[in-house]
Amino acid sequence: MSKLRVGTTSLAGCFGCHMSFLDMDERIVGLLEHIEFTRSPINDIKHCEPCDIGLIEGGLCNADNVHVLQEFRENCKILIAVGACAINGGVPAMRNHFTLKQCLEEAFIDGIGVDNPHIPNDVEIPLLLSKVHPIHEVVKVDYYLPGCPPPADAFVKILTDLLEGREPSLPNEMLHYD
Amino acid sequence: MSNKTITIDDIEVPFEEGQTIMDAALAAEIYIPHLCHKPGLSPHGSCKLCTVDVDGRAVSACTLPAAEGQRIDNNTPALNEVRKTITQMLFIEGNHLCPSCEKSGDCTLQAMAYHLGMLDGHFPQFYPQRELDASHPTLVLDRDRCILCELCVRASREYDGKDVFAISGRNTNRQLIVNSATGRLADSDIETDDMAAHICPVGAILIKDHGYEIPIGRRTFDLHSVAESDLGEIKLSNVRHHDE
Repeated sequence: MSKLRVGTTSLAGCFGCHMSFLDMDERIVGLLEHIEFTRSPINDIKHCEPCDIGLIEGGLCNADNVHVLQEFRENCKILIAVGACAINGGVPAMRNHFTLKQCLEEAFIDGIGVDNPHIPNDVEIPLLLSKVHPIHEVVKVDYYLPGCPPPADAFVKILTDLLEGREPSLPNEMLHYD
Repeated sequence: MSNKTITIDDIEVPFEEGQTIMDAALAAEIYIPHLCHKPGLSPHGSCKLCTVDVDGRAVSACTLPAAEGQRIDNNTPALNEVRKTITQMLFIEGNHLCPSCEKSGDCTLQAMAYHLGMLDGHFPQFYPQRELDASHPTLVLDRDRCILCELCVRASREYDGKDVFAISGRNTNRQLIVNSATGRLADSDIETDDMAAHICPVGAILIKDHGYEIPIGRRTFDLHSVAESDLGEIKLSNVRHHDE
């Protein structure tokens, strides 16, 4: 049997979910007998290819996040929202309490210790969305893996379930939002 | 001992005249999910998580008096699915971002979501922007996390003998208000040891400076399910105070 192809990305996240994924330690060796990574920060491949499973960490805070998410959805048979930020916006969504202008001025104009105050406007910088959104508000999500981050065991569980053709499920002790 | 009984999920449960279905179930150590109910305070019937099926009708177990011969469905897949949807709505209507909330692990709403196997909010997020009141020296009121259960309203009136809180407004404008000339918590007569200051099931009313005394991972609902915790917490005196 050919290996399942898995793509991963971090949008408006902190890469903590990816770190937790790697926290499965040596179990990743066994897992790699059955899966191979396509686009992922783990192998630094930058372009999406058709794959079986996409793991999305982080919510949507800028235009590039939306573009990458849509590219993943088009290429992945199964899309999994990984972690609090992908599921409900998480910590980045705390900025939704303020206007974008307030956030930018606090960070780049009025913040303590800011040198040469100005709001960055290089064309290379993706435009920020006015609010942070969870990913299911933009694309269809097939499964959710909650946690901040989800424990390594939960990654192993959901991937093993999918590899063995079962509907993924989490035991109670792996269900946490923090 | 009364010989009157109701039947909850095929288990015969005795009850005394005047008890609600919830009272009888808790006395028999049968868990009916609930957020706005606390034994000892008058029932409120607002969160609807305790919805049970009594002889084919959906009713709130915390407000309906038990009556001889009632046949009640409680722990069924269909009812738990509806309860999960209610919990999802409570989550998306507030800023229930657990990783950034110091109540995480001690939050009954979160524990309810674990109990019901909630994985996502399903609905579009509201991200409300209500006024935060940090005026009080020892308490903080974050209205964006309030689920309008009125436990603090009732605790203040019925247990503390004060009248600190009320709910004001309609629909999405409903919010918790404070009974003081300025509307600020600092100018009300609430005190740190009041039950109203400790009863909040979510992170809307918090005690300052004590949020991280117990690390995440070792808190109430990290160690116990909401069902275990609620069955163990039948007496009002079990409400935890910050100095315990």
